[in-house]
Amino acid sequence: MTDNSQHFLSVEDLYVEYETENTVVHAVNGVSFTLEKGHTLGLVGETGAGKTSIAKAILGILPDLQARVSCGRILLEGRDLLKLSEKEMLKIRGDRISMIFQDPMTALNPVMQVGSQIAEAVRLHNPVSRREAKKKAVEMLEMVGIPADRYHEYPHQFSGGMKQRVVIAIALACNPQILLADEPTTALDVTIQAQVLEMIVELKKSYSMSMLMITHDLGVVAEVCDEVAVVYAGEIVEYGSREDLFDHPSHPYTKGLFGALPDVDRDSGRLNPVPGLPPDPTNLPEGCHFYPRCSRRTDRCRESKIEMAEIAPGHLCRCFAEGK
Amino acid sequence: MSAVIEVSHLKKYFDTPRGKLHAVDDVTFQIGSGRTMGVVGESGCGKSTLGRTMIHLLESTGGTIRFCGEDVTNVSAHKLKKLRENMQIIFQDPYSSLNPRMTVMETVQEPLILSGRFSRSQIREETEQLMDLVGIDRRMRTAYPHELDGGRRQRVGIARAIALKPRFVVCDEPVSALDVSIQAQVLNLLQDLQEQRQMTYMFVTHDLSVVRHISDDICVMYLGQLVETSPSSELFERPLHPYTRALLSAIPSIDIHHPRQRIVLKGELTSPVNPAPGCRFAARCPHVCERCREPQTLTEVSPGHYVSCCRCGEING
Repeated sequence: MTDNSQHFLSVEDLYVEYETENTVVHAVNGVSFTLEKGHTLGLVGETGAGKTSIAKAILGILPDLQARVSCGRILLEGRDLLKLSEKEMLKIRGDRISMIFQDPMTALNPVMQVGSQIAEAVRLHNPVSRREAKKKAVEMLEMVGIPADRYHEYPHQFSGGMKQRVVIAIALACNPQILLADEPTTALDVTIQAQVLEMIVELKKSYSMSMLMITHDLGVVAEVCDEVAVVYAGEIVEYGSREDLFDHPSHPYTKGLFGALPDVDRDSGRLNPVPGLPPDPTNLPEGCHFYPRCSRRTDRCRESKIEMAEIAPGHLCRCFAEGK
Repeated sequence: MSAVIEVSHLKKYFDTPRGKLHAVDDVTFQIGSGRTMGVVGESGCGKSTLGRTMIHLLESTGGTIRFCGEDVTNVSAHKLKKLRENMQIIFQDPYSSLNPRMTVMETVQEPLILSGRFSRSQIREETEQLMDLVGIDRRMRTAYPHELDGGRRQRVGIARAIALKPRFVVCDEPVSALDVSIQAQVLNLLQDLQEQRQMTYMFVTHDLSVVRHISDDICVMYLGQLVETSPSSELFERPLHPYTRALLSAIPSIDIHHPRQRIVLKGELTSPVNPAPGCRFAARCPHVCERCREPQTLTEVSPGHYVSCCRCGEING
């Protein structure tokens, strides 16, 4: 493994498990990636693939009682976030790393004015007066395209798109260096999604933030990401630049994702989805987790865990059938 | 081509404390036998209300509904029960539309029992066939909805809807809650069933790539009104209404080498409560003019392609 200390954020061999009454859910199984300053990495995968668990592990907000990071390191400029105390993490969370959640309806406090919710975040991390915090909050509201005179309104008075803008304003209020965006536009209509995505990309540029974009939508990935990691059953199965992934999808699962997608630009015939269902995370198959659904499987795939192999410069794939 | 279902000037208003909410306002179209009509629009545009009003889950406020040529706008309860055998619906959220205390088997056979047309052995046989048809494994048949994943639940919802061989099925966002690979499996299933059983679909969705894939014709709705309708490929190749054009341009494209020319709309949906006469899209339209304040009519611009926009000709050259 290369020296990761000079990367901005690097996640190394991360394992996350959830313990339930009598089983262990293997949500994240040895995930490694790096994120550079100003770059956007897309984590793509289906429900239950472990995408959100990765983001929550980075931010240290996995539910204490059930979840456990059983192995791995998360280095932010060389410092391991997993070794920090809760008090130290509080300083990083919301200040250096922020997160936007999928559902803006549940991310906001329903009995607190939207402006105050932004100001609260500002005051938590900066030694400023109430008045200064309010001024900053007004600025943030206007930046996300909400008129300042709506500062004193409550979340229920806002539409879905506007609520998500408020969530974004809160996330960006302290100029974070890393934004973890967990399906930020999934709950929104397409025309509103287009507005919000455009705004996120603009803001990312002007703040030179790094972003981890978690989504199941390959269209969103194509629009905003520089690099892409495809996640399946808690593992990254393919990693590469946006061009690598979209021009030369290589892992059978990645190909399956593209095959399942109806094409909006031409009349398509029958779809070719991957048959079957994702594996049960309490009982993952031996060797390649994709084995039971794979059309190119051989006996060898079942024998041992398959390592990521470089099939082209910077383009990695976890599959025997590729790259040889 | 004979129309299976035909609505004209259909209206559905809801009473709210602030006035009448025009959920569906003066919508006219028909669906030919064995075809799929896609209805697209953003949340709150009235597309689900339209589907539900058409099959009498909601009572219409005005206009007429004709099923196989017969006026069914006002029918007796007895007649409605017969009618329901031919008009069914598949709901978006298969979890809340299934009874949590009924097994898969019980859910699927219930319509057969209620119809009163089958003997006990026929019901058992028919239920088995239905479950094979939609791909529910045998070991899943005694399971309860909470034990199933979303894709399987939706298969149960589909089996129940098609149990009595309806001629017309409203599919109300049937794949929106599913992951792409499961979504593709369910879309393929719906297409196979349509072919085998000669069903006519109305496919309500906000997902434009799904709608192009599955539909023969498409209606675009905006705040309760039909703004454009046309054969599917024509609509995507040559969208004419300014809203349709903005909507199509907003779809995130997976073609990284040819990004879409995006028309980003300003503002958000206006309220459908006591709307002003005229084009409802006017408030967000980049081409708005004085004439847009007057009521618009749906005009045929080429065979089968109707647009409701007074400036359609000028804008599209």
